[in-house]
Amino acid sequence: MTSENENLTSRARPRSSHKESAVSQPLLQIRDLRVAFSVGKKDREVLHGVDLDVFPGETVAIVGESGSGKSTTAAAVIDLLPGTGKVTSGSILLDGVDLTAANRRQMESIRGRDIGYVPQDPMSNLNPVWSIGFQVEEAVRANGLASTRKQTRERAIEVLKQAGLSDAERRMHQFPHQFSGGMRQRALIGIGLAADPKLLIADEPTSALDVTVQRVILDHLASLTREKGTSVLFITHDLGLAAERADRIVVMNQGEIVESGPSRIILESPQHPYTQRLVAAAPSIASQRIQSVVERRGLEHADEVLDAEPVVEVRDLVKDYKIRSGGFRSEPFRAVDQVSFAIPRGKTLALVGESGSGKSTVAKMVLQLEKPTSGSVLVDGADTSGMSRKEVFDLRSRMQPVFQDPYGSLDPLRSIGALIAEPLRVHGVGDEKSRRERVFELLEQVSLPREVAWRYPNELSGGQRQRIAIARALALKPSIVVLDEAVSALDVLVQDQILRLLADLQSELDLTYLFITHDLAVVRVAADMVCVMEQGRVVEQGTVDEIFTTPAQDYTKRLLAAIPGADIPLGGAR
Amino acid sequence: MAYYILRRILQVIPVFIGATLLIYYMVFGLPGDPVAALFGDKQPSQAVIDALRDQYKLNEPFIVQYANYLSGVLRFDFGNTFSGQSVNDVMARTVPVTMRLAIMSVAIAFVLAVVIGALSAVWKGSIFDNGALVTALVFIAIPIFVLCFLAQYFLGVQLGWFRPTVGGRNDWGDLWLPAIVLGLSIYASSMRLTRSSMIESLGQDWVRTAYSKGLSRRRVIPVHVLRNSMIPMVTDTATQFGVLMVGATVTEGIFNVPGVGNTLFQAIIRHETPTVVSFVTIFVVIYVLVNLVVDLLYGLLDPRIRYVK
Amino acid sequence: MSSNSSHYVAPVKADELVVDQLRLSEKKSNLWLDAWRDLRRRPMFWVSIVLCLFIIVIAVAPNLFTSVAPSGGACQLSKSNGGPEPGHPLGFTLLGCDIWSRVVHGTSVSMSVGVLATVISTVIGLIMGALAGFYGGFLDSLLSRVGDIFFTIPYIVAAVVVMSVLAEQKNEFVLALAIGGFSWASTARIARAEVLRVKQSDYVTASIAIGLSRFRTLITHVIPNSMAPVIVVTTLGLGTAIVAESTLSFLGVGLGGVSWGADISQAQTSIRTAPLSLFWPSLALTISVLAFITLGELLRDAVDPKSRAQR
Repeated sequence: MTSENENLTSRARPRSSHKESAVSQPLLQIRDLRVAFSVGKKDREVLHGVDLDVFPGETVAIVGESGSGKSTTAAAVIDLLPGTGKVTSGSILLDGVDLTAANRRQMESIRGRDIGYVPQDPMSNLNPVWSIGFQVEEAVRANGLASTRKQTRERAIEVLKQAGLSDAERRMHQFPHQFSGGMRQRALIGIGLAADPKLLIADEPTSALDVTVQRVILDHLASLTREKGTSVLFITHDLGLAAERADRIVVMNQGEIVESGPSRIILESPQHPYTQRLVAAAPSIASQRIQSVVERRGLEHADEVLDAEPVVEVRDLVKDYKIRSGGFRSEPFRAVDQVSFAIPRGKTLALVGESGSGKSTVAKMVLQLEKPTSGSVLVDGADTSGMSRKEVFDLRSRMQPVFQDPYGSLDPLRSIGALIAEPLRVHGVGDEKSRRERVFELLEQVSLPREVAWRYPNELSGGQRQRIAIARALALKPSIVVLDEAVSALDVLVQDQILRLLADLQSELDLTYLFITHDLAVVRVAADMVCVMEQGRVVEQGTVDEIFTTPAQDYTKRLLAAIPGADIPLGGAR
Repeated sequence: MAYYILRRILQVIPVFIGATLLIYYMVFGLPGDPVAALFGDKQPSQAVIDALRDQYKLNEPFIVQYANYLSGVLRFDFGNTFSGQSVNDVMARTVPVTMRLAIMSVAIAFVLAVVIGALSAVWKGSIFDNGALVTALVFIAIPIFVLCFLAQYFLGVQLGWFRPTVGGRNDWGDLWLPAIVLGLSIYASSMRLTRSSMIESLGQDWVRTAYSKGLSRRRVIPVHVLRNSMIPMVTDTATQFGVLMVGATVTEGIFNVPGVGNTLFQAIIRHETPTVVSFVTIFVVIYVLVNLVVDLLYGLLDPRIRYVK
Repeated sequence: MSSNSSHYVAPVKADELVVDQLRLSEKKSNLWLDAWRDLRRRPMFWVSIVLCLFIIVIAVAPNLFTSVAPSGGACQLSKSNGGPEPGHPLGFTLLGCDIWSRVVHGTSVSMSVGVLATVISTVIGLIMGALAGFYGGFLDSLLSRVGDIFFTIPYIVAAVVVMSVLAEQKNEFVLALAIGGFSWASTARIARAEVLRVKQSDYVTASIAIGLSRFRTLITHVIPNSMAPVIVVTTLGLGTAIVAESTLSFLGVGLGGVSWGADISQAQTSIRTAPLSLFWPSLALTISVLAFITLGELLRDAVDPKSRAQR
């Protein structure tokens, strides 16, 4: 690959100790790749000339936001472009063989044997009606690894063992729904590596998993590929993860490569403005709490924080559910177990936990959407458990939510203006005219133009819809906003924008936030106080500084350690 | 799995009771003299009226009447037809004929639906696909009795390929025309279902994973697409069965096939309501059983139900 | 192992730097607006909707299309199975009645019964399905069982029984009730499934968090978003209701007056000698059903996301 910037190549990467030999050829060479999809009669180009090299034994990460083309590039290499996608020009050379010129039979032979693939979502990528063993044996047979039934079965068991599945023999007869997410992903990794391919394409292999599981699986994958000398093309949206796992990073935006180079260099001194913004926006332990532009009251120390009168307080909250356990009986399931915390005025408390920790259930109880089994929720000092319907109704105007899914939190048949004005109408605030004025005012606060009010939700992007959701939440001038994974579904740059907006609004309007998230890195950037939950219990809580610098509990330490890219100092403008 | 079976069976009981109760109510519970209604415009003798009142216990309260009727059903005693034969005897004679017709039509419909549906899905958007969809729509729109006459006239009278009516001789070979008509009327909606469930299966992530392993199309389509499509198709069979039975009634009537459907058809035309009620009851009982069997089959096909964790 | 240590930086483009740019197209867009725009480009849509409207006009004002009475005194046995004459473009039936007139008047019967039956079926189905899906729990079990009971009895069969029994009190409303009262179960299932899907969306939870009661949320947010497949099924259902009425008339348990089904039944015996007397009412029936079913299918293509992906 030709280098356009002479002065940067002087920072040569230290060579490995053995082999002083000549530069070897890249295993994968992509030159000027263009991919297009047909929409109706026309073709829409999505990749505009991509150049990429992967050397033998190297791990290269393609990093980008959604729509950047990273997954499309990976799919083009293994010729599994979805729908009407096709390569319109360019070449993909694998060990000198041009894959774009290969016919169907040749590609079938190359897939599995020479190129392995590990997809993103472990649930949807395994056929639910066939056993795991069956699906692994398919891969074994198709790539000529065994011929007799017995051999195939033994080889399949080996594959599963190698992928880290204990008790592999018994697991062979089980079905995907009987496995946990992590186990399914291991099976997929096993399948991908079964035939010892030269190149492994891993498309966001762990995004669907909890952070602690992610680390274990990626460590295992790294050791496997190191052992076998497999080259890896690793697709991810997480820059920290890319830096940790890959030798080189390729940054893509809107179908083009924006910057590429050795991982450390990209992170420590990114050159392209887009990369710089990505680096700047990537939450990591090292970054600081976003300080709003507007001057804030400083409450830095733990004691000061707790002295202030709490706006939201939760005491010994318990929630039990009845789960039907397959028969006619139902077992009680404790989703929330004796949770207590308090949020002082104007501050943000982050409720952090992996899936199943009970954090969302707590949020629902605070929002009066679920009734606690025991314990109480106090808002502005008043206990909500005994409240009448009218009192709860009034309470709602002081406390509003913003939910996770930007594509599901706005009624698709209502105009934006109607959606934002709905809380005002329901609570009988003002008349038609004043409500409209208020809508414009709110749109301005979330930095969206007036004309949006006459449009419908599906005309906006995810980040824009979240702004609308925030505007709607602020309509009644609440003092408390409950943000339930409100930025989890957004791309990194958009996430950064929204977090800044939330910080600005917090100082301007003196808002108190309950911030639910699974992403500990975001907590550092967005919150003052943290409450770590595991399986319904509070494991640890304190100010953000306390938790991040001096965690006391094992679980907290594990969560912190699992953050991808935690120990890499990031550069770039801030 | 055991609980699934048990739950399904328990759910069937209220449905069975409800359906039979509903039928009974429609006949005997609505305002008006049921006996007069049963005879329509005919004027039977007093003796016949009295016998019927006795048989159906019409002088007793409604619940007793229903209990009597239900106990008859459970004893497989469905009473007699107007001509005095026991319904059970009539059934014994006519069921084999209808079975032959049903098997032939279902075979025709099934083979056509799966083949054409699968090909349409794989060649989506092609002329074949569009043609198949249009013809299916036409077959769905044309009522079955019109279809019968079209077939009778064009294939039977004009072209002389088949005998326009069946009548006495009703071996397998003689039932071709009605079987084709009945089969075509069911084929259309089955084909569309096969097609849409295959298209949905084709778009699933695990299909892409299968290809990524290096599997050929020849393996992926039957194993990972067709097999998964079978689940919705099996559940659809139950609905199709109901349509089949109604269609068979009309088809047998028009083509004069001496089967169960024809007996029902004649009874309807001649306003022989008690016979109609008996046959309808039998029909509902069979339909409920078929639904149950299909539900259980569905449980077998889907491992998520067979092995709950 | 050897590696590439070069560092590539692409030239900067101005618009790359704006994060999450707002791009509003010229025209507004939501599910129904998009569906309308999609439909109006398709010629088949116009053909079927014009045909449907035409059929409705004939049904509502039959006397605009024929001045001859379809039965009674206007029928002359002497003209039995006669061919076309001036003033009688399609010839005569077995009993000497004007075929064209019977076809025209038959439209009224089929349409009025069909529309009424569909309205009954849709209203009951929507209410039962929406309540079962939204409130869940015991209500859902109860309503689903009731639905199962009605689902088990095919509506033709039930209608046959009802119409056989009610020899005296036959009128259009009763027939429509017999058909519609037994065909609501499939609409209910579809409504229930859609409501279950919509119920999971965050905007439903948001609505309650704003302060709307569950019931008001159901009415203002859930049901409007569940209507698309219900409307499709209703349009298709109109086609099937027309078939039902004709089948019942064919079997002799219809209303007993003018009807395509009755005409087809009557013309059976003359299939060899005068096939046209069977052909014309069959054609009218088929075209009417096709018109509504095609419209329903086109609607489905336009609003159902799965169907759009399958085109």
